[in-house]
Amino acid sequence: MSETEPRKQPLLELRGLSVSFGGLSVIDGLDLHVDEHEIVSVIGPNGAGKTTLFNLITGVFRPDGGDILLDGESLVGLPPHKITERGVARTFQTLRLFLNMTVKENVMAAQYVRTRATLLEQMLQLPRARREEREMDVFAEEKLGFFGERLMGYRWNQPAYSLSYANRRRLEIARATATRPRILLLDEPAAGMNPVETHEITELIGKLRDEGGYTILLIEHDMHVVEGISDRVVALDHGVKIAEGTFDAVATDPRVVEAYLGASATVTK
Amino acid sequence: MTDLPPPATQPPVSPQIGVDEWVRRSGERIVGPRGALGVVVRAAERTPRIVLLAAFVGLTAAIPALTTNQYIVGVAADTMLYVLLAVGLNVAVGWAGLLDLGYIAFYGFAAYLYAELSSGHYNIHWPTWQSVPLVIAATILLGFVLALPSRRLSGDYLAIVTLFFLEIFNNFTNNGYAWNWLGFGATHDVTGGPTGLTNVDPFHAFGHALTNRPADYLWVALAGFAVIAVALTYANKSRTGRAWRALREDPLAAELMGMPVKWLMLLAVAVGAGVAGFAGTVNAAYYQGVFPTTFYFPLLITVYAMTILGGAGSLGGVALGAIIVNVLLEVLRAPDHARWVFYALAIAGLLVKLRPWRVLAGVLAGLAAFGVVVHAIVAAVWPRGVGGPIAVGPTSFTTHGFLATVIRHWMVLPKHTYTVDNFRLGNYAFVIVIGCVLACTVVKGWRRWVLLVPTLWGAAFVWENVLIEQAPTTRPLLLGVILIVLMATRPAGLFGQTRVEIV
Repeated sequence: MSETEPRKQPLLELRGLSVSFGGLSVIDGLDLHVDEHEIVSVIGPNGAGKTTLFNLITGVFRPDGGDILLDGESLVGLPPHKITERGVARTFQTLRLFLNMTVKENVMAAQYVRTRATLLEQMLQLPRARREEREMDVFAEEKLGFFGERLMGYRWNQPAYSLSYANRRRLEIARATATRPRILLLDEPAAGMNPVETHEITELIGKLRDEGGYTILLIEHDMHVVEGISDRVVALDHGVKIAEGTFDAVATDPRVVEAYLGASATVTK
Repeated sequence: MTDLPPPATQPPVSPQIGVDEWVRRSGERIVGPRGALGVVVRAAERTPRIVLLAAFVGLTAAIPALTTNQYIVGVAADTMLYVLLAVGLNVAVGWAGLLDLGYIAFYGFAAYLYAELSSGHYNIHWPTWQSVPLVIAATILLGFVLALPSRRLSGDYLAIVTLFFLEIFNNFTNNGYAWNWLGFGATHDVTGGPTGLTNVDPFHAFGHALTNRPADYLWVALAGFAVIAVALTYANKSRTGRAWRALREDPLAAELMGMPVKWLMLLAVAVGAGVAGFAGTVNAAYYQGVFPTTFYFPLLITVYAMTILGGAGSLGGVALGAIIVNVLLEVLRAPDHARWVFYALAIAGLLVKLRPWRVLAGVLAGLAAFGVVVHAIVAAVWPRGVGGPIAVGPTSFTTHGFLATVIRHWMVLPKHTYTVDNFRLGNYAFVIVIGCVLACTVVKGWRRWVLLVPTLWGAAFVWENVLIEQAPTTRPLLLGVILIVLMATRPAGLFGQTRVEIV
């Protein structure tokens, strides 16, 4: 998709990003860019620094060096909610839903950042608060409708903890999209899903890009998902980018094979 | 509920795993409480909240018209103050999930500030329409200021820091009679010290003043409650309320989903402080004075007990919790009322907890027989041991009445020669009863049922001989027992939603 358009400023750009925890370098001089409407997958063995990368972009950790640019503007040092306001939303590898809130409330809560009514306006039910509330309701239903019937109708008023594991993953994505992001960071969206559901989530990520218009940065261990949808794949190992390119190029890269299987493994593909 | 979801936007080839008729209709199969309780619960659920609120306000406002007993009206006014406090505490504790132990300091601050602005202490007598809004605004501001250093803390740490604020406030009010500005200038009296500030003006504006009748302040507190309840209900249903609940569920996820967690914490504490601020002004005007001992741990614990018992997170629940706890505390004040509460609760507890019915019948029959036998033995061996009168007040006794007749033939009440005598026997029995209770938790099967009989009789003995005459000790003790039993059976409180932590 991006190949047909003239090269523009990337939507998200990481320049020489580094962070270390207690002397252990977790991300080391990482350069990465994600163009608008692109799906970029980050792969790498466990402990490669993938989730840390997400935590750096979303402001949970502050990088020791380097810069994170969203549309040319630095995100470094901003509190996480400000980064979300700028248009970065994420899901979590270990689900972090608001379990005791209803399905719809989960999605509506995430629209806090896109609404403006003050507490006083809400208490007095002034026009702006009521209008925003109606809009949030419609918007939440629209976002939940993205998943077909799975999160619709009778589900809306059920607590999030009553959902199945796969539906919780879907709800996390719906909640993230409710912040109206420009770039979605999906942390292992297919983890713990059965093959049918994995297939479905792969299609869904493509649909998020094509119909939702989101740019997507994806962490995924399931190579079927990565192969199916990635425009570009980036392989990390020990916080260093070891390969970048199309799925086929990265998957056959000797250094990637070495990182996953060890130095003695021979390239057979 | 039965509306079908809109047509699928999904391609029909994908399998319809999540769409399950059984799951979809699960709500219809939920069987609510049965019988009379079920009717009441379902009716309450169907009734709009605003109707419930109007009914509550209407009925409470009518109390002064229904009774001429000023004590009852006074209890109602006190209870409304507690309701306001519980509703305010619910914002931080129930909704935002912040363990704010400094809450009572806001209440005290507002009461003191109102007293400073409306008394002879500085000879300022501001009209109420100026002083009350100013006090509430100042209390909200104090809420922000106090929450500011604690906004990075959560859980236990927040509790410790806020508790520290309450301690500072108590120190300030106790010692503020000799205040000087960091050594500049002469000391002067700010808070009146341990004796507090007295002769505080009643609410007054435009040449009219409220009397100090409890009814007036009952109505003031009630009007304030109606406004606050509506405002807070709307707040809870809107974006801020949802964000508070999200913060309670998972602060990190809330922050990453774009909610300014620290600001929301400040806001929750400040809104609660505002409610406490209003209650504080009513308190100072109603009692026409403020005293440092009021705004301290006992009140904090009472208000927390109310909030937790009613169900933190439910506005109606905590209001009801406040009413139940305060009315109960008042009922327990008089021994003859407390006696009914004690036996009714004991019997109700047995009826609910003892199964099957044969065990229940056995324990009740055993209990009756045990008492009569012990009474007969003591009467034969030591006649003075059963000759005691039955206490109905700190110094008054009776031998008449249904319960008194039963107790006289069932319980051992040594005659009062010296009061000490009575208490000493009761104290020994207290230790034995505690031992029996511990033993009851260890032994199993029929032994437990057998042991239960002397344990319960012993508890009644301690109750009749010691506790009933010591209302100040007994009230919190009995309240504590009721709370423990209730929290064991309903951990989320009466109206709280049972929360699921990990699934």
